[in-house]
Amino acid sequence: MADITAAEKSPANTAEGIVPFEPKIIGFLCWWCTYAASDMAGTSRLKYPPNVSIIRVMCSSRVDPSFVMRAFAEGADGVLIGGCHPGQCHYISGNYKTVARISLLKKMLSQFGVEDERLRLEWISAGEIHKYAKVVTDMTEKVRKLGPLNWRKNFEPK
Amino acid sequence: MEQPKEKLKLGVYWAASCGGCDISMLEIGEKILIVDELADIVLWPCIADFKYKDVKAYPDKYIDVTFFNGAIRNSEAEEIAHLLREKSKILIAYGSCSYEGGIPALANFYSKEEVFDRAYHESQSTVNPDRIEPKTKHTENGYELYLPEFWETVRKLSDIVDVDYFIPGCPPAENTTWAAIEAIVSGELPPTGSVIGAGNKSVCDECPRERKETKIKRFKRPHEYVAPDPEQCLLEQGIICMGPATRSGCEARCINAGMPCRGCYGPCADVYDQGAKMISAIGSVLESEDEEEIQRVIDEIVDPAGLFYRFSMSHSYLVRRRLVGAKKETK
Repeated sequence: MADITAAEKSPANTAEGIVPFEPKIIGFLCWWCTYAASDMAGTSRLKYPPNVSIIRVMCSSRVDPSFVMRAFAEGADGVLIGGCHPGQCHYISGNYKTVARISLLKKMLSQFGVEDERLRLEWISAGEIHKYAKVVTDMTEKVRKLGPLNWRKNFEPK
Repeated sequence: MEQPKEKLKLGVYWAASCGGCDISMLEIGEKILIVDELADIVLWPCIADFKYKDVKAYPDKYIDVTFFNGAIRNSEAEEIAHLLREKSKILIAYGSCSYEGGIPALANFYSKEEVFDRAYHESQSTVNPDRIEPKTKHTENGYELYLPEFWETVRKLSDIVDVDYFIPGCPPAENTTWAAIEAIVSGELPPTGSVIGAGNKSVCDECPRERKETKIKRFKRPHEYVAPDPEQCLLEQGIICMGPATRSGCEARCINAGMPCRGCYGPCADVYDQGAKMISAIGSVLESEDEEEIQRVIDEIVDPAGLFYRFSMSHSYLVRRRLVGAKKETK
């Protein structure tokens, strides 16, 4: 099975002989809501792109802006942060801190030339499995359209 | 301080710097006489006439301690960084520029082309109708003349060579410089790669101002405040102070003079990216539960990248503005 999968993905098997761009998205998901939603979306056999690599955090406010910047610097094309709806934070006010941090971070990232769509903050409760699948599908398509970020290329000699 | 048997050999070099670091070494006042007793200067372009060929003639590891200030922004600085690494027993990145990029690294928000355009064509004081720009090679009367190559991205010293110790500050305060010199002379140095002369906590730890847990309603720009309350935390008064994300060691001197911390001592111990930590700190002090209000307050910070990375652009995860743009390359 493994061999067939590898063969299917080999450049020779695609139409133009180039591997199509598959965005790498890092998902920092809150353990109390969005992570649970992603778990249930899986057990409910919902179909959505496999591009998001999930990192479970205890709260969306645990996501330090440096995590996001490091993800971009080391090759991520997008970063998704999933938290509880406002007013529903398990730690009372964590997600309000996230709003402030991520809005400011987005503003700063635009100065670095990183498009707004590459960083996304979404409130997805544990039951909103369809919203989770929709957000992942939508974000993957938007980032695919933007193309690779390829941060390290900025330092290669011309 | 006990005098070592043989005098130390001291080197000081400047790369992309303003010269302020060289001056700051004299800020230790009459203690410079103690330094003179203990050490011989074998390289210091700012105050004495040394040629590169003199340095090249030294045997390897001839210089005991080299204080290297300035960022690496061209091929000359890179070459000398390698040379001084070879010739020095201890190489120290002295000051914000060599430690974390400093002010020159703010040019990383532009491309080399934009920097040249601004410097040689656009600026109001420039008259350059022939559009002359510096070239790396020029032939005149059969003589070949060379200039160093200007880089696209400003780097910190430790990106180029192994650095033994770092001394932060723009420029380092005299107590920092002196603490570092004492550590070197006494031989009581921490493991290589450490920051010496400065503290390991944040500027807030040294700050005499008081936090009153006030909710921040708006942020003020420097021209919008006249005299802030002398007792209260500046950040709480809506003045963006880099204290929470900046290493201690300066004794909070800007804050004591009524100005907010600008972050020249770089990130705190065990932190890599100072700007990201400042965003984190601001997110924590807003404490609003209204998403629109949060957005409105955030919008008042006009230039977050320039403010939070004023000194540490080369010491950040992203290092520069994106050059390889998606818009041109998307298929």
